[in-house]
Amino acid sequence: MPDTTEAPRPMTRPAPQPAAQAPASASRPVRFRGGGFVAEPRRWAALLAFVIAIAAWEASGRLRLVSPLFLPPPSAILLALQGLVADGSLARNLAASLMRIGVGWTLGTAAGVLVGFAMGIWSIARAIGLPAVSALFPIPKIALLPLFILWLGIGEASKFATIGLGVFFPTVIATYSAVDGVPRNLIRMGQSFNMPWLDVLRKVVLPGAMPGILAGFRISASIALILVVSAEMIGADYGIGAFVLNAGNLMLTDQLLAGVLVLSLLGLAIGTALSLLEKTLLKWR
Amino acid sequence: MELFVRGLSHRYGDLLVLDSIDLDVREGEILVVIGPSGCGKSTLLGILGGIVPHGGEAVRIAGEPPPGCLNPVSFVFQDFSLLPWRSVEDNVGLVLEHQRMPTGERRERVEDCLRRMGLLEFRKALPKQLSGGMRQRVGIARALATRPAILLLDEPLSALDAQTRDLLMEDFLDLWKRDRTTAVYVTHNLNEALRLADRVVVLTRRPGRIRDIVKVGLPREDRAGAAGQAFLAEVHDRLWELIKAEARIADREIVDA
Ligand SMILES: Nc1ncnc2c1ncn2[C@@H]1O[C@H](COP(=O)(O)OP(=O)(O)OP(=O)(O)O)[C@@H](O)[C@H]1O
Ligand SMILES: [Mg+2]
Repeated sequence: MPDTTEAPRPMTRPAPQPAAQAPASASRPVRFRGGGFVAEPRRWAALLAFVIAIAAWEASGRLRLVSPLFLPPPSAILLALQGLVADGSLARNLAASLMRIGVGWTLGTAAGVLVGFAMGIWSIARAIGLPAVSALFPIPKIALLPLFILWLGIGEASKFATIGLGVFFPTVIATYSAVDGVPRNLIRMGQSFNMPWLDVLRKVVLPGAMPGILAGFRISASIALILVVSAEMIGADYGIGAFVLNAGNLMLTDQLLAGVLVLSLLGLAIGTALSLLEKTLLKWR
Repeated sequence: MELFVRGLSHRYGDLLVLDSIDLDVREGEILVVIGPSGCGKSTLLGILGGIVPHGGEAVRIAGEPPPGCLNPVSFVFQDFSLLPWRSVEDNVGLVLEHQRMPTGERRERVEDCLRRMGLLEFRKALPKQLSGGMRQRVGIARALATRPAILLLDEPLSALDAQTRDLLMEDFLDLWKRDRTTAVYVTHNLNEALRLADRVVVLTRRPGRIRDIVKVGLPREDRAGAAGQAFLAEVHDRLWELIKAEARIADREIVDA
């Protein structure tokens, strides 16, 4: 339908507008319509939500809405933590857990990186290793702790073995796929310049696989944390896991949660340490 | 040094890729290889340079490497193949690290190659900080650091935009004039072929056979001027006809298959 509302054009046309200015009546601005899915940093939102949640938790305790035996308020947990620091029991338990994680993780990771590397470069190792890893990886390693206790006794060795084995398989898989994923063209480049085999491994394959190996460390570290707590709950005098279990048995909920808080801080610390390691080793990315 | 190829055939499994190739790469020439996609150019180059496994003895090398040569046959790769975690100078130095030579001499060689490729001020940069053209300069510098007798270049410029390609091609030629290193240069680009080649080998569609070898009978210095351009236009048309015919047949074969 023709537009009848428009006034008839005057016979004398207005002087042409300067080129920089578009005709106002016939044009409209192009509006941005691409937003909505772009991730923008909103640090304050997370912080605010966190503060509100903690405050609500604290208030529910203070107002006796929740029994402190059931869920003590954050202040009580911090108080309990302070007590644990003061009487040295935190240090003792933490030291025991850290030692187990350190030894178990180091053993399992070292073996895992070696085996994964071998599987990445030798077809025979791969042919044997892949089915073996697929068969053994799904076993929940904590289920083997009783067996390890039979073999190695209730002491530290059985805990090292559980953590080490739990860490070993994910490390093998991460390392193997990282080595396998090193671009073939880089390896061929090295060979085309007559680089010796060991040099290709050291200077091309290892650095090329490093991002994948470090990503594997992140997974294996969290597995080690889970396993050390479980192992300590099954049989240990000291260790954060044993401490949490005992606190539960004695219905010391504030101490129990203080132990859990320590565990989460430990997990956070390990994650931060790994991030730092990645930052220094993988600067080139 | 020279390369002699006699009756070279190559298959990947059941796929015949190269079929009875006879070819000589002569001292001091730039031999350009063109041919349809997938006809086996990279495979041919890989066999020449010993990085594609090939059982036979169809490829032979002859002659003495020049003094100071550490790797008689060196590659320049299409994708540059730089180690992303190494700086420019360390990427170039990489190929000297396993060679027995005094550290000072090694450093000198690296520096010399970087200077020749105009990379000195970027020596500490990581590959990711460089443009594509700069990266390939590093790739060329790395190959030169070994003072090769034969350079094998597999589409060295095809990852670059047109301007960078022309600039780098001229720089490569300037560089090449000094040592006149024997080179086999694979490309899809007829202009590169016409600017660089002494001879152009045209391969057929897969399995790659030698369709023709076209001599560009004009010194490289004379190719820029108007007369040179007219001459090259003729060679261009001849090459283009050869390639077009192959590509047409290849397309028809795809439809029929
Ligand atoms: N490692 C390999 N295993 C099996 N087939 C391969 C392998 N490498 C290449 N081919 C096949 O061999 C044929 C020739 O490959 P090649 O890379 O030599 O061709 P090309 O001429 O360099 O191709 P392009 O112009 O695309 O670079 C292709 O069909 C390719 O799919
Ligand atoms: Mg190719």
